[in-house]
Amino acid sequence: MKEESLQSAPRYGRRFALLIALFAAVFFASFVVGRYSVPPGTTLRILWSDLVRRVTFGRVLLPQIWSDTEGAVVLNVRLPRIFCALLVGAALSAAGASYQGMFRNPMVSPDLMGASTGAGFGAALAILLGAGYWGITLTAFCFGLAAVLLAYLVSRFSRLNATLALVLAGIMISSLFSACTSFVKLVADTQDQLPAITYWLMGSLSSVKSEDVSFVVWPILIGLVPLFLLRWRINLLTLSEAEARSLGLRSGRLRLAVILSATLVTSASVAVSGMIGWVGLVIPHFCRMLFGYDYRRLVPASILMGGTFLILVDDLARVITSSEIPLGILTSFVGAPVFVWLILRGGADRER
Amino acid sequence: MSVEARNVSFSYGEGAVLRGVSFSAGPGDLVAVLGPNGAGKSTLFGCLLGVLRPQQGAVLLDGRDVMTLSGAEIAREIAYIPQSVSVTYNYTVLDTVLMGATHQIGLFAAPKKEQTDKAMAALESLGIGHLAQRGVAKISGGERQLTLLARALVQDARVLLMDEPTANLDYGNAFRVMQRIQTLGAQGYTVVFSTHEPNHALRYATRVLALSGGSVLADGVPGAVLTEELLTALYGVGVAVRGVRVEENELRVSIPFERKEGAR
Repeated sequence: MKEESLQSAPRYGRRFALLIALFAAVFFASFVVGRYSVPPGTTLRILWSDLVRRVTFGRVLLPQIWSDTEGAVVLNVRLPRIFCALLVGAALSAAGASYQGMFRNPMVSPDLMGASTGAGFGAALAILLGAGYWGITLTAFCFGLAAVLLAYLVSRFSRLNATLALVLAGIMISSLFSACTSFVKLVADTQDQLPAITYWLMGSLSSVKSEDVSFVVWPILIGLVPLFLLRWRINLLTLSEAEARSLGLRSGRLRLAVILSATLVTSASVAVSGMIGWVGLVIPHFCRMLFGYDYRRLVPASILMGGTFLILVDDLARVITSSEIPLGILTSFVGAPVFVWLILRGGADRER
Repeated sequence: MSVEARNVSFSYGEGAVLRGVSFSAGPGDLVAVLGPNGAGKSTLFGCLLGVLRPQQGAVLLDGRDVMTLSGAEIAREIAYIPQSVSVTYNYTVLDTVLMGATHQIGLFAAPKKEQTDKAMAALESLGIGHLAQRGVAKISGGERQLTLLARALVQDARVLLMDEPTANLDYGNAFRVMQRIQTLGAQGYTVVFSTHEPNHALRYATRVLALSGGSVLADGVPGAVLTEELLTALYGVGVAVRGVRVEENELRVSIPFERKEGAR
């Protein structure tokens, strides 16, 4: 019995191996999916030659045996899109998992503290002022960060317990920014600005370019690395403050580190993809069912599964209809039934 | 390893919650803190843990003022065992116990085999080694309390501060948990526990600290201190204290009753 009880690691090891295999399969299959068909073999050759070119800094160029259009579709359209979906999905899931631990509430999503509504308002404002693509992205990113920092500062002045103060301040700042967004929509030009704002808010990766990836990859990596390194400690945030303190933990600093990291990745995600709900809420649950509650496994599992999930959903967005369905709608369409099925199947605790 | 409160007074703003409380406990002591709701038990615990700063007096851990110690230093001396474990997230028993090793683990590190072995040893010593991979949401209240005790043992502190260890337990589990606590006292731990059950103080404690209105009403050996008069004064109901013989052991038990009209 005792021997058996300590032998749980291989089970999780196998599941991680399966998850990695699934991720790899989805990642490569996604290059083939789309209205313009590129044969799988050609796709692989294009990717391989691009990798060789990048690794050797352009010194080794493989012979091109594909059309220029095929090359452009794979490298300039699909590659950035798939990378972006991977980064955004991973970022939102890891941030959601961390927030759920920190707020001791499994119903929390990464935009609880206003990152999404702040970014949404930033984007709406930029569209209203006639900013270009980069103006919109940068404004959204900055407003997402600003909203969360504002909520954090407000909570510091509260005499309530720190977690409760953060939740309340976050809700307050969120509703403030969504009111601001509504106001911007009200005064926006109904011919072109209002549809642009509405479409942006629904979330999409259809206009993602290579430059987006090189912009978004840094804040997301800078945020994900601390979440990954601190993952065992995030467990401790699920304890009450008095308890954490009696174990010798200064939870205030850890909480701030988690907020900063989660905000960085969420704001960056929302800035390039618009509002994509549901991923940050559901993927961590899914991962708990498969990998248990320990954040040592939960953070890497959420990163992998979140990335895989969003690539998959973005594939659907590309193929279902000729005019693309916004991602924010699809994630809910796909996510909700899956989640219901999981709950009906017995939930996270069936095995233990 | 000792804990000492020296003339501790504390107030949250208006009206003192603790008034000049002094007591000390050392290895082998099993101190029961008794008192009605609002007597100041939780506040006293907050002061002992260095969470609350007394306006007057000081708390000394091994002779050092607790307010001058870092969180990790306090954690090495004194472990806090809350009434119950949170089950929002269904951590395994082993993962829960490993959290006790927090102050021994680097910022970016996780528990290693050494800590895992220690956690398993703590679980075995409390007789719940077989529960290591079970979720805390799926075990009994008594087993949860033992899990928290194991976490405290992994923490390596020699002073154990327990907030009503039997508050959420059924009759049998309360008995089993109290026996484990008694064993820990015999092993040389310094145990301070609050309780609303005078019988637990009479039966298991080596010392009793009776608090009322933030002041120490009595401090001494249970048999001598826990008189009918004191318990009546503490709880405002009639209390009879009697000796009974159970399996060769002479035990003292207290039983509350309704005082008749006209009686004292």
